[in-house]
Amino acid sequence: MGTHLPSTEFDGTAVEDQREADAEAVMGQPPAQMVQLLGPDGTLGADPVYSRYADRLSPEDLRGLYADMASIRRFDVEATALQRQGQLALWVPLTGQEAAQIGSGRASQPQDYIFPTYREHGVALTRNVDLAELLRQFRGVSNGGWDPKETNFHLYTLVLAAQTLHAVGYAMGIQRDQKLSAGAAAGEPDAAVIAYFGDGASSEGDVHESMVFASSYNAPVVFFCQNNHWAISVPTNVQTRVPLSNRAKGYGFPGIRVDGNDVIAVHAVTEWALEHARQGKGPVLIEAFTYRVGAHTTADDPTKYRGSEEEDAWRAKDPLLRLEKYLRAEGLADDAFFAKVKADGDELAAYVRRTAHDLENPDIRTAFANVYAEAHPLVAEELAWFEEYTAGFDGGDAPTAPHGAAAKAGH
Amino acid sequence: MTTMTIAKAINEGLRATLAANPKSLLMGEDIGALGGVYRVTDGLIGEFGPDRVVDTPLAESGIIGTAIGLALRGYNPVCEIQFDGFVFPGFNQITTQLAKMHARSNGNLTVPVVVRIPYGGGIGSVEHHSESPEALFAHTAGLRIITPSNPHDAYWMIRQAVECKDPVIVFEPKRRYWLKGEVDVEAAGPAGDPFKAHVLREGTDATIVAYGPLVPVALAAANAAEEDGRSVEVIDLRSISPLDFDTVTASVQKTGRLIVAHEAPTFGGIGGEIAARISERAFHSLEAPVIRVGGFHMPYPVAKVEEDYLPDIDRILEALDRALSY
Repeated sequence: MGTHLPSTEFDGTAVEDQREADAEAVMGQPPAQMVQLLGPDGTLGADPVYSRYADRLSPEDLRGLYADMASIRRFDVEATALQRQGQLALWVPLTGQEAAQIGSGRASQPQDYIFPTYREHGVALTRNVDLAELLRQFRGVSNGGWDPKETNFHLYTLVLAAQTLHAVGYAMGIQRDQKLSAGAAAGEPDAAVIAYFGDGASSEGDVHESMVFASSYNAPVVFFCQNNHWAISVPTNVQTRVPLSNRAKGYGFPGIRVDGNDVIAVHAVTEWALEHARQGKGPVLIEAFTYRVGAHTTADDPTKYRGSEEEDAWRAKDPLLRLEKYLRAEGLADDAFFAKVKADGDELAAYVRRTAHDLENPDIRTAFANVYAEAHPLVAEELAWFEEYTAGFDGGDAPTAPHGAAAKAGH
Repeated sequence: MTTMTIAKAINEGLRATLAANPKSLLMGEDIGALGGVYRVTDGLIGEFGPDRVVDTPLAESGIIGTAIGLALRGYNPVCEIQFDGFVFPGFNQITTQLAKMHARSNGNLTVPVVVRIPYGGGIGSVEHHSESPEALFAHTAGLRIITPSNPHDAYWMIRQAVECKDPVIVFEPKRRYWLKGEVDVEAAGPAGDPFKAHVLREGTDATIVAYGPLVPVALAAANAAEEDGRSVEVIDLRSISPLDFDTVTASVQKTGRLIVAHEAPTFGGIGGEIAARISERAFHSLEAPVIRVGGFHMPYPVAKVEEDYLPDIDRILEALDRALSY
């Protein structure tokens, strides 16, 4: 883990050098010590550790990764449009982060459990979450439209970093399950957990506590930090003066910075980390070095805090473009493939649009029903009052639109 | 029937839970080898091992947050927060995550986490060690909040809390940890619902509602009033959320007067909620306004003056006199 220097001998120059290198990385060259296999020009490099994992990917797998990234980008465009048309209250775009999300999500196994933030639409796709269900939250009809137990993909967490602790606790549960079932019928595959968070949330205390707990108990959890360079309007250098992956060293587990726009490297590094966790070797921190090309949300205006030349520099490192170059150069995909991907994306978009329009408003009675898992007299009393109150309107059954009910009754 | 202290009763309740439910586990600071700063978990790590009695890092958000994750994986974590004033680093996890998880998942997920919090003053301690923050949690839908006042309840309520599918906060009256009483470990008894209030003493002239550490004070005040010829009913609330308004209402309909006593500041407190509800439910039975006896609107004061802060027998009797003067 390196030499421990007395604090008076702390090498501040190294920190400054790193900051400069990171600043340059935003505009041009990737920072040193970042795992990259597929460069922006579409050529595949080699890595002593991770090439082995990359080599496992068949041409079919590679085409699948491309198709997933293209699907989720098309979905993102559609969801943004739905927000602009008033069909969604808000949308949280992921464009630019497709490789980080698809690569890591596709590296997970069905038995693994995923704790996302609120931007992991690409990971949701890899966990077979119906993408139209994701829109429920942003349309205001549900706080989570899917059952996490069916997909092992948890609800989005909006109080950022809270989910990193849930992930560690879940991983502690996996450890206990293994002990409880030891001696009993084995056969359950080993599972691990991925906790997603971002460069902004990395400053939250819960991230620190989650890494302490994960380290203390050697929990099978992978911390997957998408460093997209902007926490709304605040750049990463306000959150940290060292690469975020370096922080793992302080907790005593591996930290890896990977080119987050290189889907092959992300997939390889995540596979390595999940294997590491499943084998009982403890947690891993992955920092996916990527960029949020669009706005933080549809309520955000990036022109107020960053220049377009920075966005252009990152567009040149586009995750889809570089995989397309590679697939074409290697003869692994042709025009027909890319045309099919585009057609599938349009079909997905049409499905999502149709479904979003059809999402029914819930009845507030479902909210009453789900405050507690067991009967609660206050909730029952308030529901009874509500029923009586709404029954008092002519027409009776329009609790969310009493004026409409009154109109129907001829007022 | 066995005689034991409240601390021992909780210890026995936890022991019975750990023995009966392999998915239950205890988490907290210093709860292992030390047995907790109040020794409530004394000896349990030896019996159940460090995977079931988990000494955690010193991080309350970490304790609650990882407990939520364990619950999502099917476990029943029982978290110990060392002192009332130290729950706040975990407040975010309790209020934004634990309380809401069932609702926001449309009922798909349950998080049966129990959070034990020793609370209240009267122990001559330093700051942040004597507070009564129950109202802050009672205001949060999705949580259940109970507080035993005697060893029998302590034994059963902790067990029932773990069995409940909802998150339950157990406020433990720390200055009564050494209060002794009889515990029937065979059965909770006919009134075994942990979310119901108990009428401890019947009376006809006034009702005193108390919970946790003030229950013995309320009983003593009622006994003193009896010497003056006043017949006072005493209710041990036991559960703060849900709150058993039916039992309180029935009592007030009989006595016509209500005093609510708690250590927490009266402003924005549980007493105010009871006063408002009872004024709606039993308006025509009330002979006097509902009177609250509680802490002042100030940070919990230093130990040498806490006797002036905490409601005692005389403060309750003074309130009783006022109620009876109408």
